[in-house]
Amino acid sequence: MLHIVNKSATERNSLESALRLATKGSAVLLIEDAVYAATQGSVAAAKVQTAMADLQIYALGPDLDARGMSARVLDGVKVVDYGGFVDLVTEHNCCQSWL
Amino acid sequence: MPMVEVAGKSFEVDEEGYLTNLNDWNQDIAEYLAKEEKVEMTENHWDVVNFLREYYDEYQIAPAVRVLTKAVAKKLGPEKGNNKYLYELFPYGPAKQACKIAGLPKPTGCI
Amino acid sequence: MSDMMDDMEEGGEGVVKKFMFVNRKAPHGTIYALEGLEVALISAAFDQDVSMVFVDDGVYELIKGVNTKGIEVKDFSKTYRALEGYDIEKLYVEKASMDARGLTQDDLIVDVIALDSAEMANLMAEQDVVISY
Repeated sequence: MLHIVNKSATERNSLESALRLATKGSAVLLIEDAVYAATQGSVAAAKVQTAMADLQIYALGPDLDARGMSARVLDGVKVVDYGGFVDLVTEHNCCQSWL
Repeated sequence: MPMVEVAGKSFEVDEEGYLTNLNDWNQDIAEYLAKEEKVEMTENHWDVVNFLREYYDEYQIAPAVRVLTKAVAKKLGPEKGNNKYLYELFPYGPAKQACKIAGLPKPTGCI
Repeated sequence: MSDMMDDMEEGGEGVVKKFMFVNRKAPHGTIYALEGLEVALISAAFDQDVSMVFVDDGVYELIKGVNTKGIEVKDFSKTYRALEGYDIEKLYVEKASMDARGLTQDDLIVDVIALDSAEMANLMAEQDVVISY
């Protein structure tokens, strides 16, 4: 399963729910305002770091760039471009978007 | 969207005649847009148009006329940074007309 | 809009109210941040006493080093630097919001005043008009 989250974790609880309900080995892709959760110093970063033990965490590069956050990405988070986004979707048999 | 043809190339403008794509702009298009506005471009007109493009590049907006006047005064001197001078160059509103000729969108904060 | 301006000029000549724009949203995920900025710029035409505050995810609006080419939208972070020319010079951030996101004033594209939450609360309480995004 690929979980896609697009809401800021410091504004909504979508990321928290996705991380709580994702099974071990699943992938979580952070896009749009959700990418802030994968940056150093954010209160949401701790949740992402804990989740990395069981989940693969990805973040969309163009969204990080557009928010001035590219240099602050947490270690262990894999940054992908739009091509990588497509690859993730095709690699998983199911996607869940947490709106 | 309407298209206009300038020097053998066609460009998209909006219903009020503003250039749709900022990057399409060049001197020929400026001359064409000026003609549409019945403005004959002189060096003084170009100073303002070029100033507006620099302003847009720096701040990503077209300035309101009050802000334009103040900024022109700072850059080109008080004899050019005043309403009278700018309205003489662009009789139907310096922000509106000069922005159009500069290929910028309509000014933000201009009412 | 011109009617509104006439009304304000006739009815309120010389009356300056304290306007505050409260920005609480990250810049690109929703339209709120850009709309809030544009309204603030337009408000400058009315010569009011304008403050802009950035709390919660709103502090992300002011981050420097932005590159929006990849998502093909305008980089309006540069526009916050135009506020000064529009005589909007009172920009505030809430310290707690900055801390929760690991941000310092060095990360921001404009000079701001950082307030603690009690100071921010008092500043909000003394406004005539507060518009929040």
